[in-house]
Amino acid sequence: MPKTLRRPSVSLSHLIVPLLALLVIVIFNVIHDPSFFSVSLVVNNSGNTVLSGNLVSILNGASELAILAMGMTIVTAASGGQDISVGAGAAIAGSVFVKVIKSGNSSLGLILFAFLACCLAIMLFGAFNGALVAIFKIQPMIATLILFTAGRSIAYWVNGGATPTVSGDLLGYLGGFFPGMPVPTPVFIVIATGALFALALKFTNLRLYVQAVGINSTSSRLNGINTTWIKLLSFIILAACVAIAGVIRVCRLGLINHETILLDIEMDAILAVAIGGNALSGGKFSLAGSVIGAYVIQALTTTLYALKVPSNAVKSYKAIVIIALVAVGSPVIKKLLVKARDSFLLKRKAAGGAS
Amino acid sequence: MTKNKSKQPLSDTIFLLRITVCTFFGMYILAMLIWGGGFLNPQQFLDMFNNNAALIIISCALSIVMVAGGIDISVGGIITLSSMSCVVLLDDGSSSVFMALLLSLGIGAAFGLVQGLLISYLEIQPFIITLAGMFFAKGMTTIVSATPRTAANPEFLALKGLRIKLPFLGSYGKAGNFIPSTIELGVVIALAVVAIVFLVLRWSRFGRNLYAIGGNSQSALMLGINVKRSRFFSYLLCGVLAGVAGFVYLLHTGSGDAANAAGAEMEAIAASIIGGTLLTGGVGNVIGTLFGALSLKTITSIVIASGLREPYWQKITTGAMLCLFILLQSIVLARRGKGQLALPQWLKIGAGKKE
Repeated sequence: MPKTLRRPSVSLSHLIVPLLALLVIVIFNVIHDPSFFSVSLVVNNSGNTVLSGNLVSILNGASELAILAMGMTIVTAASGGQDISVGAGAAIAGSVFVKVIKSGNSSLGLILFAFLACCLAIMLFGAFNGALVAIFKIQPMIATLILFTAGRSIAYWVNGGATPTVSGDLLGYLGGFFPGMPVPTPVFIVIATGALFALALKFTNLRLYVQAVGINSTSSRLNGINTTWIKLLSFIILAACVAIAGVIRVCRLGLINHETILLDIEMDAILAVAIGGNALSGGKFSLAGSVIGAYVIQALTTTLYALKVPSNAVKSYKAIVIIALVAVGSPVIKKLLVKARDSFLLKRKAAGGAS
Repeated sequence: MTKNKSKQPLSDTIFLLRITVCTFFGMYILAMLIWGGGFLNPQQFLDMFNNNAALIIISCALSIVMVAGGIDISVGGIITLSSMSCVVLLDDGSSSVFMALLLSLGIGAAFGLVQGLLISYLEIQPFIITLAGMFFAKGMTTIVSATPRTAANPEFLALKGLRIKLPFLGSYGKAGNFIPSTIELGVVIALAVVAIVFLVLRWSRFGRNLYAIGGNSQSALMLGINVKRSRFFSYLLCGVLAGVAGFVYLLHTGSGDAANAAGAEMEAIAASIIGGTLLTGGVGNVIGTLFGALSLKTITSIVIASGLREPYWQKITTGAMLCLFILLQSIVLARRGKGQLALPQWLKIGAGKKE
């Protein structure tokens, strides 16, 4: 056996699958309808000149999902499980936000205060989830099942069962467009959140510790890492993401409906993490992969809508694509691919040696 | 706990089962003492079975998968899809009820087959596959029929209206006449499923293999158990049982609706956990699952009986109960020496008898 094949070549880069998926969707759309990605400038209802088109709506629509996927990645990596209460958490965050906003006129100061209040509220719930996982050693999915069951009811209770609307120029700007800015504001919020994550991962030990805890909790504890705190922290980080996503959605709609806000988003967020090539059992993670995964999901949804698939049936088609994606990315298929590549290289080498 | 050392110590399965059964009876007797009335009526007790026969079946199905260390969240979707398909089949053709039963079994088996193949032979995470399965089933339901439909097939309606009278149980009406309690056909099916699954898990080689795989799949493999095949059959069985549950659900409600059985998968997971099944696998008992489902429903009727009729109270109390049981399991297992709680120092004083 030639020695060169001994190198650890099992890493078909984790970003390949999500990027390939995105590419397939793009190519399909371009063939099916060449004008799919055309972007035009239109004047919207409030008189701003804004960008419009499918591309913009994909970028804009995936904002909440992208933010949640980032937080979910950290939780997945640290705890080896997923938080299924993010949708219910967003309902609580949105309700608290609206409750504070309703207490006065929606000035900048009040909005900031409301955001901080809902951040604090949802971080408490995040800490509750985290405590169950980190201290009581309960699997994350089960621990967060509690809030998943009760969360929307708690949100109902916050606003006394009403679905109040909020209005105000500033809130409209946050959920839509700032005057004179053709790009939707949620896109900037995603960029800002992503930058915060990137800085935190670059300049702190967060990435190292989270990965260490995810790969082997016991040995990282023996090496002096406070595993309990890292797991707790990951849930609190996710809670902050949930607050941001909830507030974006409230600003976008101008109202809070605790039953329907970000319904089923937890499933999409977990899918985004999986499509992004992250192991759902924890360990190494890639935030970029998850964010790309979020955009893949949104692009898929937009494509299906463009194909005039009825909105209720979209789920079915999405499921087929997702199964195909994870099947291609599955360990067995990957191993087969690597084997095929190695034998190909071997043959070429043999052919090269003979000549 | 270890008083008579000659006897075999209780296994975790039996220990958690005892907690669940005691809790259920304790709760029900307490409810009888405090609220009396409806709780003393045997019909109300039996209605708990009548209304939740499908839930009991899918909880059992989930227990099979969870014992082997997996999870299946597509069961609720399969109920929705198979009940809708059956209604369409019954109404559109001259097909018999037997054909409808076959159809729902076939749908369940098809889901189980595909999911089982993907999970066990391609080694994809069960959560993702069954999540996609749930999406697919729910989407397909709206494709089969976008509007809710009610079955009008006379043969089926006769079966639906069938009540089995229990001559030895009943209550006295206002005129002093004896009204025997009744159960539906679905309850008989559900109890039969519980019995069969209990026997299979307990005394068949397949069932024993599942416990071994759930406990430690590596050592199960080294013992010569065909891990992949056993895992595959666990998902297949789960799918078939979910198909049965779909038919039973239809027998109870008589209508197909895309909103049928919404959130049933989470209720079933909750029932399994309250019944003492650990999500890590290897521990669990179907009898416990049955009592878990009953406990879940008893707490709901207690909440209603105590005057909190708003639906959100039921969800909050369900969440609280789930929390209680999860914490209880965690603490119990920790004190029995399976893993340690990472309690902070100031909390350890009360709990720390083991050093």
